[in-house]
Amino acid sequence: MMRFSGLNLIAQAFSGHQSWPEQWPDKAPKAAYDVIIVGAGGHGLGAAYYLAAKYGITNVAVIEKGWLGGGNTGRNTTIIRSNYLYDESAHLYDHAVKLWDGLSQELNYNVMYSKRGVLMLAHNVHDIQSFKRHIHANRLNGVDNEWLSPEECQAYCPPLDISPNARHPVLGGALQRRGGTARHDSVAWGYARKATALGVDIIQNCAVTGIRRGPDGAVLGVETERGFIGAKKIGVSAAGNTSVVMNMAGLQFPLESYPLQALVSEPVKPIFPCVVMSNTVHAYISQSDKGELVIGAGTDQYTSYSQRGAFHIIEHTLAAICEIFPIFTRMRMLRTWGGIVDVTPDRSPILGKTPVQGLYVNCGWGTGGFKATPGAADLLAHTIAHDAPHAINAPFTLDRFRNGRMIDEAAAAAVAH
Amino acid sequence: MLLIHCPYCEEDRPEVEFVYGGEAHIARPLDPATLSDEEWEHYLYIRRNPRGRHHERWRHTHGCGRFFNAVRDTVSDRFEQTYKAGEPRK
Repeated sequence: MMRFSGLNLIAQAFSGHQSWPEQWPDKAPKAAYDVIIVGAGGHGLGAAYYLAAKYGITNVAVIEKGWLGGGNTGRNTTIIRSNYLYDESAHLYDHAVKLWDGLSQELNYNVMYSKRGVLMLAHNVHDIQSFKRHIHANRLNGVDNEWLSPEECQAYCPPLDISPNARHPVLGGALQRRGGTARHDSVAWGYARKATALGVDIIQNCAVTGIRRGPDGAVLGVETERGFIGAKKIGVSAAGNTSVVMNMAGLQFPLESYPLQALVSEPVKPIFPCVVMSNTVHAYISQSDKGELVIGAGTDQYTSYSQRGAFHIIEHTLAAICEIFPIFTRMRMLRTWGGIVDVTPDRSPILGKTPVQGLYVNCGWGTGGFKATPGAADLLAHTIAHDAPHAINAPFTLDRFRNGRMIDEAAAAAVAH
Repeated sequence: MLLIHCPYCEEDRPEVEFVYGGEAHIARPLDPATLSDEEWEHYLYIRRNPRGRHHERWRHTHGCGRFFNAVRDTVSDRFEQTYKAGEPRK
């Protein structure tokens, strides 16, 4: 694998950047692997990388029905934060934020993690009480989060309208300074490149059509469009399609898949210095390094696998954006798209073992899986390598819907997040 | 936006008049106290979430206000049919 560096870049410039080598080869599947990961998004590719890098398991295949990073990894709004209410969630998401910190150096690939701060706006008394509770809970867990007055909010984010006559008055905000954004495609590409250098095979355009189990119930491998591939351990990281894959192993999951939309504006010069989220009126906005405003809309009300949503959802979000940031009322939007998110009843992920021996799952990230990419990948790899969960993901079992030990971030935030 | 046929009003109306009610034909257990944890979990949380034909409930909130059932393809979002609550699974 070529190591990227400044010198390298200059050397390649002399040949007009025409001789950069292939970053990851597209492999034909072998007859069997030690571990198969289903789904080549950031979570799946990352799990393959950590299996190889941390646990020495290099005979790994990542199988993807479409193209690498073409699902929710390439469709999200790239927001990173860890200011979750409950201890279990704070530990889980902060584990990911800590890994984001050194990720570019570790992968020798610039994932453009930018700690520009995530500001969550409070528009009513309930928001103020809820956010202050979050701030205190976060600080007890060692997660940074601080309260800002409306004036401090505007100083941090100048386009914000804090006038008392605003349609959605800003009464303050909770700021996580370590939060921010990263370049989503780079995360998938960086993991793919480093994983293949360690011996992992990435097999694209190869849908899994079945999971074969032995007489004792343990997994034997996967049926795919390109034939059977054997493996004693299978990790499923298939986001919105998790229910479909789990059905192949005879399991029904507490998941529902919904379309979630996002959109970007035409690119403009730097105007928006941070990430602003308004849960109450449902608006998420940041500016990419290309200059586009990146805006997250809500989920549609019905389950779907269509990867597209309704226009009235976008209209609702843009109405809120225009009220909070009147400066953007005449911006033109460039593209909209949808991804399919798998939502659990308590809005917390399921990350661990399943009732089927050798089958592991990483799902249920709902509308907020991107921020967790390195953490989820690392913990899935740990769970597969040890056949037991790490202390951080131990509470995120499938069993919690039976024994009642829910991690109810849905009730904590009262919105999709 | 979906165009939904209300079987009570017998009209095609826009989606914003309706509220989605989740998977259809999940009957509330008559005596919850006798259920095992597994059965209770299944009733409350386990969903089919199929890729394809889906039976689901809708409520015509800003119309007649009544619940009805629908069969929709979750890949194309196309409605196959809608039918009144209480009618057998189509």
